Amino acid sequence: MSKRSVLRWLCSAWILLGFGSKRIAFAEEREIGIGSKSFTESVVLGEVLSHLVRSTGARTEHRAELGGTQILWQALQTGEIDAYVDYTGTIREEILADAIRQGTKIESENDMRSALALKKIVMSERIGFNNTYALGMKRSVAERLSISKISDLRNHPQLELGLSDEFFERKDGWRPLKEKYSLPQTQIKVMDHNLAYRGLEKDSIAVADLYTTDPEIQYYDLVALEDDLGFFPVYYAVVLMRQDLVAHAPKAAEAILKIQGLISPEAMSAMSAQVRLDRRPETIVAGEFLNKQLNLSLALPKEGPWASLSKGIQRILSTTGEHLFLVLVSLGLAILTAIPLGIIAAGNETIGQTVLGIVGVIQTLPSMALLVFMMPLFALFDMGIGPAPAIMALFLYSLLPIVRGTYSGLKQIPAAIRESAEVLGLDAKARLKLVELPLALPSILSGVKTAAVINVGTATIGALIGAGGYGSPILTGIRLNDLGLILQGAVPAALMALAVQYGFALLEKRIVSPGLLGT
Amino acid sequence: MFEIEGVTKSFGDQTVLHETSVAFEPGKSTVLIGPSGCGKSTLLRILAGLLAPDTGRVIFEGVEMTPGNRIPMRHRIGYVIQDGGLFPHLTSAQNVGLMAKHLQWPADRIRNRIEELAELTRLPRPALDRYPTQISGGQRQRVGIMRALMLDPPVMLLDEPMGALDPLVRYDLQEDLRKIFRTLKKTAITVTHDMGEAGFFGDHVIMLGQGRIVQQGKLEQMILQPANAFVTQFVNAQRFPTLNTPKESS
Repeated sequence: MSKRSVLRWLCSAWILLGFGSKRIAFAEEREIGIGSKSFTESVVLGEVLSHLVRSTGARTEHRAELGGTQILWQALQTGEIDAYVDYTGTIREEILADAIRQGTKIESENDMRSALALKKIVMSERIGFNNTYALGMKRSVAERLSISKISDLRNHPQLELGLSDEFFERKDGWRPLKEKYSLPQTQIKVMDHNLAYRGLEKDSIAVADLYTTDPEIQYYDLVALEDDLGFFPVYYAVVLMRQDLVAHAPKAAEAILKIQGLISPEAMSAMSAQVRLDRRPETIVAGEFLNKQLNLSLALPKEGPWASLSKGIQRILSTTGEHLFLVLVSLGLAILTAIPLGIIAAGNETIGQTVLGIVGVIQTLPSMALLVFMMPLFALFDMGIGPAPAIMALFLYSLLPIVRGTYSGLKQIPAAIRESAEVLGLDAKARLKLVELPLALPSILSGVKTAAVINVGTATIGALIGAGGYGSPILTGIRLNDLGLILQGAVPAALMALAVQYGFALLEKRIVSPGLLGT
Repeated sequence: MFEIEGVTKSFGDQTVLHETSVAFEPGKSTVLIGPSGCGKSTLLRILAGLLAPDTGRVIFEGVEMTPGNRIPMRHRIGYVIQDGGLFPHLTSAQNVGLMAKHLQWPADRIRNRIEELAELTRLPRPALDRYPTQISGGQRQRVGIMRALMLDPPVMLLDEPMGALDPLVRYDLQEDLRKIFRTLKKTAITVTHDMGEAGFFGDHVIMLGQGRIVQQGKLEQMILQPANAFVTQFVNAQRFPTLNTPKESS
């Protein structure tokens, strides 16, 4: 194959991807995008914002459970979402960290507001609660020992503490807290957050770290001890919203700001409790809250076993579609790119080693890092979140197995066979088409199969950047500690991987010469 | 019609072919013989255009072989290697017809030609639709010969064509091959290290040693009038079975 036709092939494949993803990205252009992080409180608040926007008659899309602050912040800046809820502590530590390093003083919330205004982002007033770390105890135990403040703990050195791994390690976590309050406790167990609640309940530990709006505080009847020395940084919830939304959709912007001062700590943890403990859908919980609080009459979806069954089936169908889309498009592009690369690599030792080296290095990049790296690149084309960067990441991961399969398949052809083809008088192109590629086919196919199976598994991370697929129920299931939901993603993903294996076995029988299969 | 002029070839600092010129007689069978590393295979590979000579020229039908005209020339040169060098993904018939199909011969012309060649090389018909791994070594070699003959080239190059065959199969094939070359009047150039085969095939025998032609002519001449000690040594090194094998002294 000539270098020019390889190039032509690549170009057309890429143009197709460009149009394909662009269409997807723009299909819902007119909608107002709301984002949320992948924990329950954030998703509920995302639903609150969505309901508020919808109450003005505008259309909205909730990009729920995106992978983290950086992903949401980038999406907000590029306009792929218009608003989401974040916390003042996070804004200071993560979003404005650069500005602070460059010498901007960020002390008050107004300082943050002006720093964000420079980035064309509006920061709302407080929503009404502070979600920070606290130390918590069972109410009955605390009352019996007359402990209401953290400093009261000094008088009870025998108490056992159960701390989450993160809190134990954090710079604003256990060690500085212990120092600041001169806490005497030495019996400390590091344990999973959920287990710590159960430990409190069963009295196997007396004190645990918690988030101040955790629904479990009510469920287990715990008290959060007062931070009387003001150790923990504050994490007041606020809305971050694009300035241009105020100009383009003033009504929607105004509606979003109705959330200011609307939600008390109790109300927040009550909503989270309904989702996490009673397993009710976020959208209904948020809608009921607004209907009651603001006297709205939002139409809410039905609840009940049938509704949740049909929702489950719908979810499996739609996630299957999304997952297949991610896998097939990325695999298709990888095949179109990697086979020519493998052919070129097999033809020239220097290029070959370079190509194999590069695709090998790509393979070692952690998938999350690759995704976050892709986002700003795709953000240039307004495709920072959604399927495009996920497809790109999957595409890159697929290259190595296919390039290597093609390369080694061609390299394994015995010299005598190559020469036979040459001496017969076939030109290079005909040799490749009639002899070399058919002989390398089993190896190429096994490379493609490996890539496909890896893709089916890796595509689940696409959910972190809003690409959908089987990762979405897995992510939600992890967040809600809902095994059934996790299985709704994990089982179909495993089945799809098996189907891919089986499909390739059939394909091999059909397209590989029987002379190579040893029959 | 096929000749080399002043050809030399080195690999690194090792000269495998010192300046050599040969003109191969059209319609005759020439055998290149000599010990391993004497340069006979290198010479054949240069003729086939698989190796470019460092100096000198290869002239085929009056035209110097160049990278530009090598491909059409190869359609007029058949090449057979040890064990046939068949493409494992194609059946015997597909192997034989591959080049003709690529040149867009009509299907029935290809089929007729394959039938004709199967007859000529005495290949059993069922072997035509089998893959190389499904037929015997002798049959593979016959398919290799059919493939080389497909476009009816005037020249056949054979590199140790019997190397992988057991003696009985080899005997039959030698008979058939000699008959084919003689009836078709091919210019055949065969590389072997077997004196018996050289004598059987060769109208003309060229012995090489250490990258040079040491003697050429009839095989009998080499046995009766060896040109030098090298030829004597090579001839004497061939072992023939005798009835009264002396017992080894104990």
